[in-house]
Amino acid sequence: MSASLTLVIVMAVMYAAGIYIMLERSLTRVLIGFLLVGNATNLLIFIMSGRPGSSPIVTGTALDDTMADPVPQVLMLTAIVINFGITALLLALIYRSWWLAQLGDEGDTLTDEHAAETTEDSEVTFRSSTDDEAAVQASLDASEDGSDDDSSGADNTGNSDREAGTP
Amino acid sequence: MNVLVPLVVAIPLLGAALTLALGRRSRYQVMVSVLSLTVIVVISAILLVLVDQQGPAVVHVGDWQAPWGIVLVVDRLSAIMLIVSALMLLGVLLFAVGQGIVEGDRETPVSIFHPTYLVLAAGLFNAFIAGDLFNMYVGFEMLLSASYVLLTLGGTGARIRAGVTYIVVSLVSSILFLSAIALIYGATGTVTLALLAERIPELPGDVQLILGLMLLIAFSVKAAVFPLSFWLPDSYPTAPAPVTAVFAGLLTKVGVYAILRTQTLLFPDNRLQVPLMIVALLTMVIGILGALAQADIKRLLSFTLVSHIGYMIFGIAIGTEAAIAATIYYVVHHIMIQTTLFLCAGLIERIGGTTSLARLGGMLKAAPFVAILFFIGALNLGGIPPFSGFLGKVALFDAGVQVGGGLNYLLLAGGAATSLLTLYALARAWNMAFWRPRRDVENYDSAMLDALQDDPHDEGTVLTKTTSPLMTAATATMLALTVCLTVFAGPAFDLAARAAANIEEPSTYIDAVFPGGAP
Repeated sequence: MSASLTLVIVMAVMYAAGIYIMLERSLTRVLIGFLLVGNATNLLIFIMSGRPGSSPIVTGTALDDTMADPVPQVLMLTAIVINFGITALLLALIYRSWWLAQLGDEGDTLTDEHAAETTEDSEVTFRSSTDDEAAVQASLDASEDGSDDDSSGADNTGNSDREAGTP
Repeated sequence: MNVLVPLVVAIPLLGAALTLALGRRSRYQVMVSVLSLTVIVVISAILLVLVDQQGPAVVHVGDWQAPWGIVLVVDRLSAIMLIVSALMLLGVLLFAVGQGIVEGDRETPVSIFHPTYLVLAAGLFNAFIAGDLFNMYVGFEMLLSASYVLLTLGGTGARIRAGVTYIVVSLVSSILFLSAIALIYGATGTVTLALLAERIPELPGDVQLILGLMLLIAFSVKAAVFPLSFWLPDSYPTAPAPVTAVFAGLLTKVGVYAILRTQTLLFPDNRLQVPLMIVALLTMVIGILGALAQADIKRLLSFTLVSHIGYMIFGIAIGTEAAIAATIYYVVHHIMIQTTLFLCAGLIERIGGTTSLARLGGMLKAAPFVAILFFIGALNLGGIPPFSGFLGKVALFDAGVQVGGGLNYLLLAGGAATSLLTLYALARAWNMAFWRPRRDVENYDSAMLDALQDDPHDEGTVLTKTTSPLMTAATATMLALTVCLTVFAGPAFDLAARAAANIEEPSTYIDAVFPGGAP
């Protein structure tokens, strides 16, 4: 098998540069590194098809010896499509993480059509848990021996202040 | 029966398209995805029976003969992997649906969940039935792309952070795999596995070694073999419970399947035996030591997942027929039990509001049924007789003893210690979360618990939610399946032994693809 030296050098440089850039912490640089390494791999597949030849189309007659090897080209095309899809996903991810970095913790709170009722729900839960807490506290204060079996089934938040009531 | 082979990839893909079109009608989405996975379970059951009786099923896609066309091959190993993964995917889907019903479809199964989940299934099945390396790569990419989306579902800060690690690591391993394919094509002029099995042994020894190592490293990243496993415990636990369960059960095992397939079929002289053994030992021991230090149940389970991959690598490294049979049985056992345990962790998280051992307690009273489920699962994973974890390990150790030698006995000792430590870690988790009374949780004074490392991204909120009967039922059914693997261990192990016999005799595989001899 023979290969073009230029292509081999280009591939090697792309691999080296790509891996170097991928080691950076910035996500955008990781993406650029991935693109370089991915395309270097595509070149590697292409180099494996050997020297260039005529287009590999069989026109009724037997195979032509000067034909280029079509298989690596097919593999390359598939790999390019996959890389394209992954790049799109990475871009979305980078955008999202930039968004989160800009907003800080605010970025995690999603506003949607349920936002209002969710707040309402959590308020109801919060209120009922405060009630529980008060009830537990009252029962603890009432019982002098400090037995607190009744609190075992209560809400988690109900237990937080229990220690204060135990003698 | 050959008609059935492409269907295992086509049906989930069609289902994915349909669920995407039905994006706003979650009820129909659920129907389509449950139906398509049920059909796959039926198809793979039929395939398993037929392949077991009549030998490998081979499909030349578009009637282009191998090695020019794409060839799909289902032998016994592929059929076993197909049925097990289809069952797990269906069980976890039902769990996710149950979770969605409780939450009013608001959080986890957002409309993108079903299509992505089905694409993941299609990629998984494609990797299992691929008859050439490149198609296997395409299968890997399909399931990985779907897993990227599933892991970052909802796009919260913690998930994006975990997702970035996972995605970058997976991308590097994929590129390594693709480069290995390119070099293999350059060296042999083909990517069809059956033809490679004939041509690679003719290559010079050092070229074989480089190609074998490249494939091994690429797959080892996916299978989370030490020292390429550090990404796993940081990324899996942040995903929603059903997603973590599928990832833990199936995604690492695809890597193990690929290692098993390539190392036995393409590099049968097993010259990587010693490094594989050392790596297997380190994977087991270091993985389980990591599990001991965890206070978070999901992280603990992730570390046991890494650790137990070591057993499978050990089996592949021994390479005898008995060892391969034990490995196949162990892979099946581990897929089932790890998925079930992660689903249990999902139930614990919803009932107890957290998976941190520092804040869980009194779960035995709150959820006695989940306590039983987790307990049986823990005993099974820890390798207590008579469960399948014990049977798989005994078969593996037996295969190691048959070969003998110092390194094998060292691995036996490491494996036994890992098994005990797994039991210790899980029993401690069970004691703390279920057995310890609720009132002891506050100001619990224990040097041991202080030394444990909690989830660094855990915000510490305690939010209990209800569980639906469907979630518990799905988990219980899957646990029942693992118990079935114990009850029917005889037939199951015989099947694994027959699959191993196929693998030890690569001519079965080659003759099935090239009935008239390889070109």
